[in-house]
Amino acid sequence: MAQETWERIRSNPKFQAFVNKRNNYSIVMSILMIITYYGYILLIAFDKPFLATKLGEGMVTSIGIPMGVGVILITIVLTWIYVRRANTEFDTEAEAIIKEATK
Amino acid sequence: MNPALKFLYVAAAILLTGAAGMAVAAGADLGQTAKQVTNWTAIGMFAIFVGATLWITKWAAAKTKTAADFYTAGGGITGFQNGLAIAGDYMSAASFLGISGLVFASGFDGLIFSIGWLVGWPVITFLMAERLRNLGKFTFADVASYRFAQTPLRSFAATGTLVVVAFYLIAQMVGAGQLIKVLFGLEYIYAVMLVGVIMMMYVLFGGMTATTWVQIIKAVMLLTGATFMAIMVLYQFNFSPEALFTKAVEVHSKHDAIMGPGALINDPISAISVGMALMFGTAGLPHILMRFFTVPNAKEARKSVAWATTWIGYFYILTFIIGFGAVVNLIPNPTDYFVGGDIAKGLKGGGNMAAVHLANAVGGNMFLGFISAVAFATILAVVAGLTLSGASAVSHDLYASVWRHGNVDSATELRVSKITTVILGIVAVLLGIIFEKQNVAFMVMLAFTVACSANFPVLFMSVLWKNCTTRGAVAGGTVGLILSVALTIVSPAVWEAALGNPKGSALFPYASAAIFSMTAAFFVIWLVSILDNSKQAQKERALFDDQLTRSETGVGAATASTH
Repeated sequence: MAQETWERIRSNPKFQAFVNKRNNYSIVMSILMIITYYGYILLIAFDKPFLATKLGEGMVTSIGIPMGVGVILITIVLTWIYVRRANTEFDTEAEAIIKEATK
Repeated sequence: MNPALKFLYVAAAILLTGAAGMAVAAGADLGQTAKQVTNWTAIGMFAIFVGATLWITKWAAAKTKTAADFYTAGGGITGFQNGLAIAGDYMSAASFLGISGLVFASGFDGLIFSIGWLVGWPVITFLMAERLRNLGKFTFADVASYRFAQTPLRSFAATGTLVVVAFYLIAQMVGAGQLIKVLFGLEYIYAVMLVGVIMMMYVLFGGMTATTWVQIIKAVMLLTGATFMAIMVLYQFNFSPEALFTKAVEVHSKHDAIMGPGALINDPISAISVGMALMFGTAGLPHILMRFFTVPNAKEARKSVAWATTWIGYFYILTFIIGFGAVVNLIPNPTDYFVGGDIAKGLKGGGNMAAVHLANAVGGNMFLGFISAVAFATILAVVAGLTLSGASAVSHDLYASVWRHGNVDSATELRVSKITTVILGIVAVLLGIIFEKQNVAFMVMLAFTVACSANFPVLFMSVLWKNCTTRGAVAGGTVGLILSVALTIVSPAVWEAALGNPKGSALFPYASAAIFSMTAAFFVIWLVSILDNSKQAQKERALFDDQLTRSETGVGAATASTH
């Protein structure tokens, strides 16, 4: 039974478009994450003094600390942005495609 | 089942009180950590935790009737609950005590480590979570072997699972033994036995339901305790991080150096390699992957990772504050917290005790007991999750699929999982005893390296690349597995630090093998797959479209419960 449904889903041009859209979005988000993380790591590997620069005149906090906490926050925020879109927009589209195939 | 459960309850009670009693009489036996005075508050708190979780296990036992219940809690866990449980699996004692200890010792470097542990999660969310849920049933081998020859692929996946579980287990069991000496003031051997027995009761009777709830309770306790500590620390400085850092730089022996990157990352190859192991290893840890099958659908699977990422990220920010809190609270009081009152001799109980001593400094003896109990409970819960995933690999992949070719009823499969649980429990205790005097600091890193070099490439390519075949997956995965273990053995962490060979003699100079072993695995999967033109390979490629449709839509996915 699932077999026939799969074939009908695949023959729907909306399905290919949907899969491409969601996959592109996943890849863009993954690349953003990888750039953020490896950017930070490479900065540590190649430019330690920059990360140790003080935030302001007479301050102790270095620029690397808010940046590090920033990477953690970006990680959380990117995840929620993706999940929010996937669980609303993408799931609605997927449901519509499945409905067309099963009616 | 009930009389047996009662019996084990009594056995546990005897073991707990007996172990505690004997420890008072036992003399000092110093290992890598120095045994401290018996801490009855901590032992009492831990006993309450064990009592509560065993009560939950009894409730879970009534719900654990089929193999599906045992492996996946019948698929009835919500995304939020599962997120907490995943966070619980991930926030091990090593990350709580280890990272706060690292921050205490070198400040900024601790932050680098915690970021590394976190960044694998979004990648799992974006690329893996819903596909895992839509294709899998009980184990990650279900996903990887979806369109492949069952016997070779599942044998490989079960091997990958058991190797990762074994390395992880050794780290946890030895950690438990070392910790109990410092936290409770009990002997090493009691910790290993205690963890073995209690963990077996969780898994044996309560399966995934109990393991999940133990993890959730522990995660909530750990997050609550860590939040309280961080708030108390910030409160001392009117919630100004700048004031906290100023004081830390003033009292720390490294002074301003703790504000910038230190010696943790020196060569870029090691930096990238460690980063890869952490980022992609997370997506290959069997006890984490298994959790994606406990939720009813892909929507909840995505929510679980989003919550897990949130809690883990929050927790790492807390450990950073806790590490600095330890600097400003412990260093000015050397007599209370340092060996012989001398800062140069290090913290009482070892460098990982920063968070534990801070608990005493900001919350007194009761809170110290609480944090000690939580730290030990953490190990217990992680060990339970590992054992469950190892047992699933043996009973579901090796026994039911490879040995019996799927012709096995749920009751028999469940019985095999339970027998395996007992065997794994005994093996875990034995490993804990064998490795007592060894330096096992590299074990968790090794588990991540194997996970990212063997399990992850196979999973990733089988799900996303049409031309991947059984031969390619098994060949590439095996190369990744062997290479990651072999290179780790000849790396400085094992060759020099653990095996005691002279400095500079390690053949492989980098901190992690991942950059080579993971790349090699992907390359071999690609090469062998494109060269594979067998009938089987063509059949497997033809099945890809169906697999893709199911993984993208969830049509035909294993249902939440077995009705």
